[in-house]
Amino acid sequence: MLNLVAFILLFPLIGSAINGFFGRRLRKESVGYIACGAIGLSFFISILVFCGLLSLPPEERLFEKHLFSWIQSGSFNAAAGFQVDPLSALMILIVTGVGFLIHIYSIGYMHEDKGYHRYLSYLNLFTFSMLLLVLSNNFLLMFVGWEAVGLCSYLLIGFWFEKKSASDAAKKAFVVNRVGDFGFALGIMLIFLTFHSIDFTEVFSEASHGKFAIGNITITLITLLLFMGAAGKSAQIPLYTWLPDAMEGPTPVSALIHAATMVTAGVYMIARCNVLYMLSPFTMTVVACIGAATALFAASIGLMQNDIKRVLAYSTISQLGYMFLACGVGAFTAGVFHLMTHAFFKALLFLGSGSVIHAMSGEQDMRKMGGLKNHIPVTYKTFLIGTVAIAGIPPFAGFFSKDEILLEAFVRGNVIYWSIGAVAAFLTAFYIFRLLFMTFHGESRVDPHVKEHLHESPRNMTTPLIILAGLSIIGGFLGIPGANALNHFLSPVFGGHGHGEMHGSEAGGHHGGGLPYLMMVVSTLIAVGGIWLAYQMYVKRQKLPGKLAERFALPYKVLLNKYYVDEIYNAVFVNPVKKISVQLWKRVDAMVIDGSVNGIARFFVGISNVFRLFQTGYVRNYAFYIVVGCVFILILTTLLNK
Amino acid sequence: MITLTHYLILSAILFSIGVVGVLIRRNAIIIFMCIELMLNAVNLSFVAFAHYLHSMEGQMFVFFSMTVAAAEATVGLAIIIAIFRNKETVNVDDMNIMKW
Repeated sequence: MLNLVAFILLFPLIGSAINGFFGRRLRKESVGYIACGAIGLSFFISILVFCGLLSLPPEERLFEKHLFSWIQSGSFNAAAGFQVDPLSALMILIVTGVGFLIHIYSIGYMHEDKGYHRYLSYLNLFTFSMLLLVLSNNFLLMFVGWEAVGLCSYLLIGFWFEKKSASDAAKKAFVVNRVGDFGFALGIMLIFLTFHSIDFTEVFSEASHGKFAIGNITITLITLLLFMGAAGKSAQIPLYTWLPDAMEGPTPVSALIHAATMVTAGVYMIARCNVLYMLSPFTMTVVACIGAATALFAASIGLMQNDIKRVLAYSTISQLGYMFLACGVGAFTAGVFHLMTHAFFKALLFLGSGSVIHAMSGEQDMRKMGGLKNHIPVTYKTFLIGTVAIAGIPPFAGFFSKDEILLEAFVRGNVIYWSIGAVAAFLTAFYIFRLLFMTFHGESRVDPHVKEHLHESPRNMTTPLIILAGLSIIGGFLGIPGANALNHFLSPVFGGHGHGEMHGSEAGGHHGGGLPYLMMVVSTLIAVGGIWLAYQMYVKRQKLPGKLAERFALPYKVLLNKYYVDEIYNAVFVNPVKKISVQLWKRVDAMVIDGSVNGIARFFVGISNVFRLFQTGYVRNYAFYIVVGCVFILILTTLLNK
Repeated sequence: MITLTHYLILSAILFSIGVVGVLIRRNAIIIFMCIELMLNAVNLSFVAFAHYLHSMEGQMFVFFSMTVAAAEATVGLAIIIAIFRNKETVNVDDMNIMKW
């Protein structure tokens, strides 16, 4: 069954090609069926592959499928091949599974759009690229997938490219990602220089066989460069600014690409390279610090946003920060666990917000919502499950994964990591319930005109919501403390050092055995505290937020303007680059380059004007030149022979 | 005693006369005859060398070049007639459109 792995990629690619090339001429229904069918088949085969992997004994769960030799140049050898191991098997299930639901949802959501087939073609292409990213067995092919998801992200953010803001956001995403990808590409080159191979198996086995001391400077450099790529793709400080703007794209895209799958590529990559990262404590510290800082920073911005999708975008950044924090303290399993649960509940939240926006005829401002829960009951109920899951209330999915991260941060890291994580968890609970209360509770602030059209979304939109809600409820049980199935499943990939459970219980022993349970109680209390505060501020005493904003005018303004990071970046990076570019254009391009090209042309025009005088048209003159030439050659040969 | 040198000098003189004729005369027919003169000057040196080296190749070359000269004369005269029919003249100074 494992041999089928190439078909997982094939179907989305075919679907994308058909819809892209012929979608305009096909009926809308067929376009939808092709797109969903492609992902559905791909999901089905992913399950087969997953089962095939499960049927093997744990230590043999590594399958490589070599398709063909892709680039061969000297000692450099890049294959087009796929690797199925527990980590990639889990990823393909998430990508195709969540992707399938979002495709179905998109059919309802995008049905009226004139670019329907184009949209589904991009979405298929994205799924293909993402699968390529997670399935490849070497760094270069992974980089291809990495760039291709970036391209699809660009295409889909700028899907409504007639809107200036959308095309600007697409450009911004592309350029910011380029900064990260630059690091990633350098990292791959350095890996090749160091290991003389870019194959995952070869690189990791060489690295794990004690050839490099812990803290080796080359490895540190490699991991830092790779992390630069991860920070770009996964929207970490300082490269996170593109993700909030990416919300200009259609909402299902935000759910699939900018919440559930693509942005987690960085986490996946670090988890994949865990052998390298474990060799460099310095990089691990950097990863953990950036993760923790991002978690807190983005959560604090999320507090004050009024656009429903922007809140979710900052929430995504913050949750990604958690995953990096987990990776940074060496708890890769916890990171991947959170990646999975986050994919469920964040996709649910985004699709739910899409359903709200759909009901509100395109309105995204939460200040113009309120009291929607009776109008769109299914959306409300599923959304509620999503909010509870992300806030971290047991037994929903987010609780277990976030709790594991906090526990690991405490046990393996230090109190600072834990307290930052805990504060961010408090803020998360607060902002997400603020969103819930502002949108669904309280009295309605909906525009009367819009209110007439308030309606629940069609079945093909609510069904994915219900399924994702189910997953958000049960997803956490894969990793409950004490019976951590996910940990056990992923342990071949993370070797000895990924065992959260082992370390956890060991360390728990040192702390009196009850630490994991104490942590659970504490994080539940934190979440409840956040929810309570949100309830007080946005349901009970609705005057309070306004008063607080007046009282703390400066912090409020700073938060509302997202710490002015965009403005700072514009002033420090964007505008100087623009100015330099203008100078380059005017001086270098117009004067030097154009000047030299035109100068060469003018030179030849000049000498041509001289030489054309020889061409008189008289046969006699031509004969004369021939004679002169002959004589010349004759003299020359005579002189040379002497 | 007439040596090889005499033949070669004669051949060079004939050739130079031909070249000068091609360069300074205006009448296409005359130019044509001058070309023939140049050809035959070369033929002369061929024959002289053949005799001097006791080899037949030089003489064979003469036959070849005479054949080519005959063919060339045919084509050349045909061209001159065609031009004459067009322009009513065989003066080469009236033919100056061989330029770009």
